[in-house]
Amino acid sequence: MTSTAKRLNRADLTKRLVAKLKHDEAVVAGIGNSNFDLYAAGHRPQNFYMLGSMGLACPIAMGVALAQPERGVIALEGDGSILMSLGCLTTIGKVAPRNLTIVIWDNGVYQITGKQATATAGAADIVAIAKGAGIANSHWVRDEAHFEEMLNRRFSEDGLLLLAAKIDDQPGTAQTPRDPMLIRNRFMKGLGVGRAGALDA
Amino acid sequence: MAWSDTFLQVLKDNDVRLVTYVPDNVLTPLLTGVTSDNYFRSICTTREDEAVGVVSGAWMGGTRSVLMMQTSGFALIANALASLTVPSQIPVVMVISERGTMGEFNVGQQLVARTMRPVLDSLGIAHHTLTDQATMPFIADRSIKQAFMTQASVALILSPLLTGGNPAGNEKLKSA
Repeated sequence: MTSTAKRLNRADLTKRLVAKLKHDEAVVAGIGNSNFDLYAAGHRPQNFYMLGSMGLACPIAMGVALAQPERGVIALEGDGSILMSLGCLTTIGKVAPRNLTIVIWDNGVYQITGKQATATAGAADIVAIAKGAGIANSHWVRDEAHFEEMLNRRFSEDGLLLLAAKIDDQPGTAQTPRDPMLIRNRFMKGLGVGRAGALDA
Repeated sequence: MAWSDTFLQVLKDNDVRLVTYVPDNVLTPLLTGVTSDNYFRSICTTREDEAVGVVSGAWMGGTRSVLMMQTSGFALIANALASLTVPSQIPVVMVISERGTMGEFNVGQQLVARTMRPVLDSLGIAHHTLTDQATMPFIADRSIKQAFMTQASVALILSPLLTGGNPAGNEKLKSA
């Protein structure tokens, strides 16, 4: 499957994903290109952009999903990042939040540091790993139409899903402002959490 | 009342509903209490930095949680604290069972324990060492409240003076 999968484009797929979000779904995007392309797709109040802590997009998304079980939550993570924290897939497979969707962008390289090859450029198969970790509903994305078809779902209740897409090696198409406090604050407002007051005006 | 029951009551008093952890012998009475009490949701993660992520997401979503781990587990999370929770002002309440002191048998634990307080200090994270049942509830309760009110993490270090230490280590001390 993986060897024949079409090489897709992260910025394009991210825009297609965002266009599917109709119910203020939360999106947690991993360090680097994953969050750059989410930002490039148009900022939403329910977006969380990770500026550090490589590998933690999925655990953060699971935390949001557990705290707000009625809201759909999507994690966007790269292959290098998920390879750093494969263990979290077993935790997510065990907890299986019904409102969590995971998308892994697999370009087979650490694109942002100079395109050094990742293990997925060789024998490692993210979907096989995810299935083995207990996320049975894991699939390789065949093409753009298949991606959109797989995302025709009620993100809040259709069950744990992991999609992995073989993508090209293009860099992210924008640069997220590097202000963690602002990002965190806006994200919480977007989730309806946090202190309200005159400063919100 | 056992120290662990006292501590869990403090968590309840502060509306802490989610407990993430990587298991440890000393933590066992806490973890047994958490998993047998429907008040809590518990998640055993594979690594401690993973739990930092879960705690962060949960807090941003409106749920208070804690992270329980042992000393060596804390040594795994410096980057998650330095690049996520500290700059984002996300409060992480860390409950750390203290290994590496007062009768440690494992040289690795002894060494890694020495890194804990300097790392906490260098990140500006408040830490308190809990040594007795008389002062523990006050320190824990006030520190957890302060963490959530000021959006600043805190480490509550469970000293062998409070917990009795690692049961496996205590056995070894008899023949030392």
